[in-house]
Amino acid sequence: MIAEVRRGLVSPLLWVGLLFLFLLVDMRRLQPAFARAFPGVQPEIFDRAGFVELFWSHLLLVGIASSASAMVGVALAVFVTRPVGRDFRTIANIAATIGQTFPPAAVLALAVPALGFGARPTVVALFLYGLLPIVENAIAGIEGVPAAVRDAASGMGMRPWQVLRDVELPLAAPVILAGMRVSVTIAIGTATIGSAVGALTFGTPIFDGLAGNKLPYVIQGAVLVALFAILTDVAFARLARRLDRWR
Amino acid sequence: MIALDRVRKAFDGRVVVDDLSLSVPQGAFCVLLGPSGCGKSTTLRMINRLVPADRGTIRLGGEDVTAVSPEALRRRIGYAIQSTGLFPHWRIADNIATVPRLLGWARERIDARVAELLTLLRLDPATYSAKYPHQLSGGEQQRVGVARALAADPDVLLMDEPFGAIDPITRDALQSEIARIHRATGKTIVFVTHDIEEALRLATVIVILDRGRLVQVGSPIDIVERPESDFVREFVGAQGIGLKLLAVRRVGERMRAGETAEGEPVEEGASLAEALGAMAARRCDRLPVVDRAGRVVGALLLADLVR
Repeated sequence: MIAEVRRGLVSPLLWVGLLFLFLLVDMRRLQPAFARAFPGVQPEIFDRAGFVELFWSHLLLVGIASSASAMVGVALAVFVTRPVGRDFRTIANIAATIGQTFPPAAVLALAVPALGFGARPTVVALFLYGLLPIVENAIAGIEGVPAAVRDAASGMGMRPWQVLRDVELPLAAPVILAGMRVSVTIAIGTATIGSAVGALTFGTPIFDGLAGNKLPYVIQGAVLVALFAILTDVAFARLARRLDRWR
Repeated sequence: MIALDRVRKAFDGRVVVDDLSLSVPQGAFCVLLGPSGCGKSTTLRMINRLVPADRGTIRLGGEDVTAVSPEALRRRIGYAIQSTGLFPHWRIADNIATVPRLLGWARERIDARVAELLTLLRLDPATYSAKYPHQLSGGEQQRVGVARALAADPDVLLMDEPFGAIDPITRDALQSEIARIHRATGKTIVFVTHDIEEALRLATVIVILDRGRLVQVGSPIDIVERPESDFVREFVGAQGIGLKLLAVRRVGERMRAGETAEGEPVEEGASLAEALGAMAARRCDRLPVVDRAGRVVGALLLADLVR
C-alpha cells in the first residue's frame, strides 16, 4: 500500500498531469509573470479562445485522426501478412511512406480546396501522416511471431482467424502499441499546424502570437502542446508495461 | 491406423516425398528416421495436412484425411514440435488447454484434464499451472508441449523431433517418459528424428527415408541386424554397430533364469547396453535381474552379452 502510494508520487504522469491541468484551467495566475517578462503585450494571456476549449478541440482532432490511422494501419498490416495479401506488402509500405514523407503542410494546402477550412483537412493530414509508424510496426510485430508458435497454433486446429486473434495480434501488441505511441505523439505536435487553416488547437495561440508579434501566446501554446504530448507518451509507456506482463 | 498410399509432395518442382506408401498399425511407435532433407518432417506434416499432399491418399482410421476440414482433423491429432511452439503469452494451464477449449469442453473438465496431464508429465500442477513458458527450463517446456499434444486424448500423436533441442540428460529422461506414456496409453505415435539412438530406443517400427523415398521398414532389431542397403548400414553406423546391437536387445532375452547374483539389480526390460554400463560402473561381471514388480527372476553374466 505504502509502496503503491510512493510509486504514484514519483510517477511523472501525476506531476506532469497536474502542471498541465493547472495551466489549462488557470493560466491567468501567470499574468504578472508574463507582464514582467514581456512588457507591452496586451493582454498577457491569450484570450481569443479558452485553453480548455482549445484542448478539447485538439484532442478530438488527434483522437479521430489517430484512431483512423490505427484501424486502417493495423488492418493493412494484417492484410499484407495473410497469404492472399502477401503480394501487396511492398505497395502498402510505399504508400505509407509517401504519406509520411509528404509534408502535412502540403497536404493541408491540397486538402483545403476539396474539404474547406478548419478541422476536416487537418484530420486528413494527420491521418495520412500517422499511418506509416503504425503500418510498419504492425507488420514487424506480426512477422516477429515465431514460426514455431504459428505452426503449433495451426497444427492444433486453430482456424486462421483464431491464430490471428489469439496468437498473432496479442504477441504483436507491444510492437503495434509502440507504433501507435510514435504516431499519436507526432500527431499531437503536428496538429498545431491545423490552426493555419482555421482548426482550433494549441497551435491557435502560436499562430496568433507569430502573426501579431506576441511571444507570450507562442510560449503558452507551445508549453501546453508539449505537456500534452509528454503526458500521452507516458500514458502509452504505462500501457505498454501492462501488455508486456507475460514476458 | 494410419495408411499412406503413393503419397508425393514437391516444393517448387523439387520432389521431397516420392511415391511413399506406409502403414502404421494401431498402437505402434513409428519413428521416421533419416538425414535432414529426407522428407520425414514433410511426411509427418502431410498426415495432419499442415502440408497438403500433391498426390496419393492418407487415411486415418480408414477415413481419408481430406474428408473433414483441416481444423477438425488436427483437433483429433496430437502435435508436438522441436521448439515446443508454446504460446508465450499464455500460462502453462492455458497452453495445455488449447485443444480442449477449441473443442468447447466445460471448464471443470478442462481444469481436471490439465491437472491430470501435468501430473502425468511429472510437473506439480500447483507449481506450474500459473507460470508462463519463459519461466520454465527447456526440458520442462517440452514436457508441457507433450502434455498439450495429449490434452484432448487423441488416438494419434505426431511428434517432430520433440527432443532435438534438449541437453542429453534431460532428453534421456523425456525419452523414458514418452516410452512410459506410450506403454500406458497405447496411443499410435509417429515420431520424426535424425537420431538413430533415439529411434532404436523408442520405436516399435522404424521407417528409414532417403531423399523422399522409403528405404527400409522394420523393428529396431531388423534395422540393426539386417540392413537392406549400404545406405541403411551406413546410417545405422558401421562403427558403433556392436553397441547398437546391445541397445536393441533386452536383458530378459539373455539372462539365466533361476540364478541369482549379488548387488543392485537391473530390470529385465532394460537394454543389454544399460546392463553393460552398470557392470562397467560397478566393476562386476554379474548382475541380478528383476521383473517389473521387483522380484528377482534371474542373473545376467558379462559373457551372456556376447553370446
